[in-house]
Amino acid sequence: MIGFSLRSLWNRRFVAGLTVFAIALSAALIVGVEKLRDGARDSFVNSASGIDLVVAPRGNPVQILMAAVFGIGGTGTAMSWESFEWLENMPGVAWAVPIQMGDNHRGYPVIGTDVTYFEHVRHSGGQPLQLASGTLFIEGQADGAVLGAEVAARFGHAPGTVIVNAHGSGDVSFHMHDDAPFTVTGVLAPSGTAIDRMVIVSLAGFDAIHAPHGTPDADPLDAAGLAVPPRNTRADHETHEEHREHTGHDHDEGSRAAAGTGEHAHPRGRDPDGHAHAPERLNAVYVGLADRTGVLGLQRAVNDRAAEPLSAVLPAVALTELWGITGTAERALQIMAWTVALASIIGMVVMLSATLESRRREFAILRSVGASPAHVVRLILTEAAVLTGAGLFLGIGIFILAARVAGPVLASRFGVQLDTRGFDARELAVLASLFGAGLAAALVPAIKVYRATLADGLSVRI
Amino acid sequence: MPMLRIEGLDHRWTGARQDTIRVGALALGAGENLFLHGPSGCGKSTLISAIAGVIDVAEGAVCVAGRDIGSLGSGARDRFRADHIGLVFQMFNLVPWLTGIENVILPCTFSRRRRRRAGNPEAVARRLLGDLGLDPDELGRKTAGDLSVGQQQRVAVARALIGTPDLILADEPTSALDADAKTAFLDVLMRDCKAANTALLFVSHDRGLEGHFDRSVDFRDLDRGGTR
Repeated sequence: MIGFSLRSLWNRRFVAGLTVFAIALSAALIVGVEKLRDGARDSFVNSASGIDLVVAPRGNPVQILMAAVFGIGGTGTAMSWESFEWLENMPGVAWAVPIQMGDNHRGYPVIGTDVTYFEHVRHSGGQPLQLASGTLFIEGQADGAVLGAEVAARFGHAPGTVIVNAHGSGDVSFHMHDDAPFTVTGVLAPSGTAIDRMVIVSLAGFDAIHAPHGTPDADPLDAAGLAVPPRNTRADHETHEEHREHTGHDHDEGSRAAAGTGEHAHPRGRDPDGHAHAPERLNAVYVGLADRTGVLGLQRAVNDRAAEPLSAVLPAVALTELWGITGTAERALQIMAWTVALASIIGMVVMLSATLESRRREFAILRSVGASPAHVVRLILTEAAVLTGAGLFLGIGIFILAARVAGPVLASRFGVQLDTRGFDARELAVLASLFGAGLAAALVPAIKVYRATLADGLSVRI
Repeated sequence: MPMLRIEGLDHRWTGARQDTIRVGALALGAGENLFLHGPSGCGKSTLISAIAGVIDVAEGAVCVAGRDIGSLGSGARDRFRADHIGLVFQMFNLVPWLTGIENVILPCTFSRRRRRRAGNPEAVARRLLGDLGLDPDELGRKTAGDLSVGQQQRVAVARALIGTPDLILADEPTSALDADAKTAFLDVLMRDCKAANTALLFVSHDRGLEGHFDRSVDFRDLDRGGTR
């Protein structure tokens, strides 16, 4: 029966081919939407791996997670170094990594942190970050930068390349920090997460971008800063006070020269906590716990901190909230994809129905050699199964091809990796239901055939 | 045992005011042939449909190879037709996108009995086509749509003969052929039916063919009530 159906379809190969192609496109679209959704979610989930809590100035959890972990958008205000130290010394806290944000390198987010970042941040279910080439910046090295794999690949940066960052988080920036260049010390291996799209510099370096211009190299305060442990001095506190006005990234030259040099005074010194540089403003802190069961208690303690309004975000919870937001868009995409599928299945029904009139003779002939109406119906359903099945396979092929072509762009622009290696149960269910829909739709022409075949008998009266 | 026996067959199409056909009695033994003639529209095709089991008939009205067609369900009638009856029509006999040989072996795909009796369907199809004066290689290559009408009719006969059915029903199979072709066609049909001991019911309005047959009956003589 299948051979017979194939011969029959081959006889109408042009229209059948178009039908298969239409089904293939819709199948590719549906699979693509599913894979995009999975890819986007995986990208977020993998990026947030290993971080138990993200602490940032009080704000919306989703916004904090997006900004602090994925480099999308920003947090509102900034939090103080004191809060970081407080957090670091909380019972149960295994590690805390400070994060500064707000700059970009040709559209890619720049984050300021310290070398503990590379030690604690994990991706894709707990894998540590690996260097593909070069080294990490040395602790306290102000002009060192480690690049995510895609940033490096996109611009052809390698260790030794001097890069310039710009202010702001957008792609278009009018303010280039070309007076504070960085030297690439290392490039990370691809992780398939948002980290691939990041430029990671030291806190000292990040502050240096925002230091006032024209700082003399031989400023006497520089030496003083090196000599004096900055954190516990009254003078240091004053410079912090002064510099706070700076956080709006006001690069007014000259007037705050003293503050700037004060800031530059301690990048190469070590503060008592072992952090190379103590900026007075952070955007977020990644926190890891020794025992994860204490996470809710710590979250409450952070949220209740009287000294400064902070939010502690559980990545998993914020992600669930995020899916709630993106779910609407996902559903819209899914509905659109299924609508296209519906159109193509209707196309198949039209094709099968349109040929029925001219095939009534064929069916009468089959009847005369012993075919029952049920045989003829099976013929039609087999044709529909062949068309839909071929459409699905071609569609998967189209999707894989499209994913290969568009994959690099998607990965670099949006950090979304499309998985073309296999299909999970959900995607297989989607494909199966598409196949079922095709067969179900073919029942319409099949019933028409059944009636016509019964009525026509051995001779066709048209 | 007669291969075909009809007794008191009445049939009326849905919505018709009178019976379309009324046949009192008709019998045909194995290896016999019968020429049934009558004007167009007198119900000959309906009779063929009734014997072939495509339309519902009363129990006991039609027996083919000892089986009461009216007592079978529609599915069983389809299987019975595939197993026991070969059909040849005036036109549109063949599936146009299958080759000649594929058309010939078509009944063997629907009937296990015919396949078994044919043995090797493809070889039998080639032999039958050769007997009918056709080139089997050409018919293995060309699709039915590319054949001439004469070739198509002979392929249709080969298809009716394959797997030696008990009864062949032929409905105006010669009307598309010229006089010489008609004679050749009938000779082969008759000879092969005799060789396979197959009963042949040949229906036509063309009384010029009457001489080829053992027996000849006017359709209107079968008719007890009249269809017009």
